[in-house]
Formats: sequence, structure tokens, C-alpha cells
Amino acid sequence: MRPSQVISDIVQTFRMDPNGDRVVPPTGFTARLTLFSSAAMAFLAVFAMALSLATGRLADRWSDELARTSTLRISVPEGQMQAQTTAALRILETTEGIAEARALTSEDQKALLAPWFGPDLAVETLPIPQLIEIVETDDGYDAENLRLRLAAEVPGAVLDDHTRWRKPLAQAAARLRGLAFVSMVLIALTTGAMITLAANAALSANTQVIRVLRLVGAQDNFIARAFIRRFTLRGLFGAAIGTVAGILAVALLPKADTAGGFLTGLGLQGWHWLWPFVIPPLAAIVAFVATRLAAYRTLKERS
Amino acid sequence: MIELDNVAYSYGGGELFSSVSMSLSPGSFHFLTGPSGAGKTTLLKLCYGELLPTAGQARLFGVDARSMGRDDVALIRRRIGVVHQDCQFLDHLTLTENVALPLSTTGKDVAAEMDNLRDLLGWVGLSQQAGQFPPELSGGERQRAALARAIIMSPDVILADEPTGNVDWDMSQRLLTLLIELNKMGKTILIATHDLNLIRTAKSQVSSRVLRLKDRRLWAAGADL
Repeated sequence: MRPSQVISDIVQTFRMDPNGDRVVPPTGFTARLTLFSSAAMAFLAVFAMALSLATGRLADRWSDELARTSTLRISVPEGQMQAQTTAALRILETTEGIAEARALTSEDQKALLAPWFGPDLAVETLPIPQLIEIVETDDGYDAENLRLRLAAEVPGAVLDDHTRWRKPLAQAAARLRGLAFVSMVLIALTTGAMITLAANAALSANTQVIRVLRLVGAQDNFIARAFIRRFTLRGLFGAAIGTVAGILAVALLPKADTAGGFLTGLGLQGWHWLWPFVIPPLAAIVAFVATRLAAYRTLKERS
Repeated sequence: MIELDNVAYSYGGGELFSSVSMSLSPGSFHFLTGPSGAGKTTLLKLCYGELLPTAGQARLFGVDARSMGRDDVALIRRRIGVVHQDCQFLDHLTLTENVALPLSTTGKDVAAEMDNLRDLLGWVGLSQQAGQFPPELSGGERQRAALARAIIMSPDVILADEPTGNVDWDMSQRLLTLLIELNKMGKTILIATHDLNLIRTAKSQVSSRVLRLKDRRLWAAGADL
């Protein structure tokens, strides 16, 4: 297939041609099938897109929050706890890249354990380690260097820079994004398959139209374009309806800040609202390619 | 213009005809007759590239039909107007749109050709039916519309397959008169028909040659008509 012919087909598809448009009968179940499948797939694509974007946002936020904080755990006999904590705080205060270091009070630690042991836990009676919360500057600190210093001066201290939390989160986010992308590819392929089926059905139902057009001297590109134009515009129109419906459905999801849960953060935010508008043109491209392949293949088979 | 050279056509394991040679020269008027099933329609289809001969050579405007691609055949058909017995219209288009179909397929501006279209519909006596759809037309009206569509591109050759098959005698005469007028304008005409009365009538009005397809061969018919 020559590139010039493909370009010509694209131009002709979007050119108003009342004579070319009229040669294929306007109605039929294929019209409804194409519109419905395009609208349904575009609706699903909006959700897949929203899921992908929200997952990325959520993972970025978690990762960002964990990346800016670290925890120092001091596990020593009770008698050495105060001295080791003081020593550790002194080291942290003089470490470049640390904005703030604060030893958690017994109330803070009690609050942390409350989800597991309840609110009435007597923290003082348990041999729990002393935790120091570290807040980093934007540039961060040298974790390896800090570990060496702590090992020398506070042997009971263990630095947790949250790497082991961030890594699985980043992996999970990447996988969710990948799944959302795969979903969108599958949606595009399914749309293509549905439109191919509809186009094939339309071509079969219009055998007489093709015969007559050939009888009066129509070349393959004229016949093919009549079908391509129709299915491309139907795909575009159906996807536009589905996209608008999808955007409305996403807009009606509960706000993340009101419920605060994971699921409530699946909407679109800021300029991400613009992303769904690429779905109708993409659906039109899928419809164009699917119908074009089906039309030229059918015309070749019936020569 | 159209030449068949020692052509044969077989299908389903049987030979429909063989050793068929004929030539349609510019401005000639031919009748093709023969019993039903002799292969008249098939022979016509060979003349406009719808079918390819199983042996021999069909040359359309000097080009071997076998060497043509689909788009080449389409271009050739713009020089050959075909009138089918069953007319072959698109029922969702009006009569005017059907007649203008060859213009649409070649990218011509149909609106700019409306005066010519009106003249043509007037010439075949269908001005009043211009906005009607094919199922609303009578057999004679459909045949005249098919003739109008066949000549809208001003083709060099007109092939008509049983054009009077579904119409009464008066309408047959009317159609024949139109075809004779076209021949007088220089068009090459080939009419496949089993209607010998039509041929006899035509021979009194126009110089024509009659070919008979019989016993799988093409013969020149003589005074036995």
C-alpha cells in the first residue's frame, strides 16, 4: 500500500463529500454497533486512564512522603537509653541534610501502637525502643556516612531511611501503571476488532452496492473511502459520547479529601482532566485503520 | 475498440463457448443473439472486463484484459456504458443520484453537471421521475434510467444486456430508438437479446451486424432472422 494512498485516504475521510457519503446506505445495525462499542470502550478507557493517573499520583505522594523522612531506632538497656538518645540527637543535629530530628515521646509511641494494642497500653512497662523521627532537607543526607557515625558513637541505633518501603511502593505503582496501559491497549484492540467486525458485516451487507459501483467505473479507493469515512466518523462520534460520559462519571466520584480512602482518590486532577480528550481522536485512528484494512481486503477478495 | 480473439470461457468444469472471435469497431452496431444459457451475458462481461477468458485474449481499447488490475478495469469501464437487464441500481438513491453515480465515482462535481443531467433525463423521458427511487419506477423507466446512467460519462461503447427483456413492445421500440440515436452520434453499440423482432425492426433503421451464439460458437447470422 503506497504512503500517498494512505495520506489521500486520510484527507478524503475528513473532507465533506456528499456524493461519496451517499453511496453506502446510511442505516443498519452496524452503525449502532460501531457507535455503541466506541462509546463503551471510550467510557472504559477514561476509567483506565483515571486509574493510571491516580495510581501514579498516589505512589508519588507515598514515595515522596517516605523519602523525606527517616526513623532512627535505639534499642539498648533501659539505663543507657537517655544517654544514647541524647548522643544520637547530637549527631543528627550536626549532620548535613537533616532539617529536623525529634525523639518521639511516650505519648507518640503509644499512639503508634494503639491500632494494635488499644489506647490503654502502658508503654512504660514494655521494653520498646526509642524512636527518633528525622525530617530531611530537600537535598537529603548521606545515609551511609550517618550509619558509620552512629555505629561508632551510638552502637544501639539502627537507621531506617525507608528504602525498603519505597521500593515495593514504586514497584507496585509501576505495575499498576503498566496494567492500566495494558488495559488501554486492550481497549483499543477490542475497539479495533469490533469495528472490523462491523465493517466486514457492512461490506458483506453492501455487496450489491460494491457491484454497482464497480459497474459504473468506481476504483477501489473510492469504494473503500465511502466505508472508511463512515466508520471513522462513527468511531469518533461514539468515542466522544463515551468520553464525555466517562468524564462525568469520574467527576461524580467522591472527593478524595472528604473520605480520605484509597479508592476515593481515583479521580482526575488539574490538567489531567485534559487527557481523556485524546481518546476520541485515538478511537477515530483505530476505526480508520481497522476499516481501511477490512475494506481493501474485502475488495481484493471480491475482485 | 473491443476485440475478442479466439476466446473461450469455462466454468464448473464445462465449456460455455470457445474459439469466439469478434471485434467492435468504432461506430458499429451489433446484436448478439442466441438461446438462453448460450453465454450472451458472459460474452458481454468479457467485453467490459467483469470476467476474464479462460483461453484466448480479450483486448479492451487495445489492452489485454489479463494484464489489467482492478483499478485499470475501473478506468476502462468509464469508457464503456453497460445496461443490465436488471438495471443494477442503488435503491437508497434517487433516480437522478443513480444516473449521476458515474460522475460521483470519478470525483466530478455533480451539482455543476445538473443541467446536463436534466437534459439527459429529458432525452430518455424521465424528467418527471427524477426524484423517485428505483423501486418506484416501472420496468421501462428503469431500463431508460439504466441507459441514461450508461451514457452520462459519454462512453465510446454501450453494451446492453437484454435491455428490452422486461418491457412491452412500445417501450422496446422507444429504447431501440434511443440506442440507434446514440449510434448515430458515433457510439459503438452491442445489444445482447433473444428478441428477434427487435433485431428485425432495428435492421430496417440502422446498419447492423448480428452475431449468434449457438453450440458453443459465435456465428454471423444471415438472412435467416
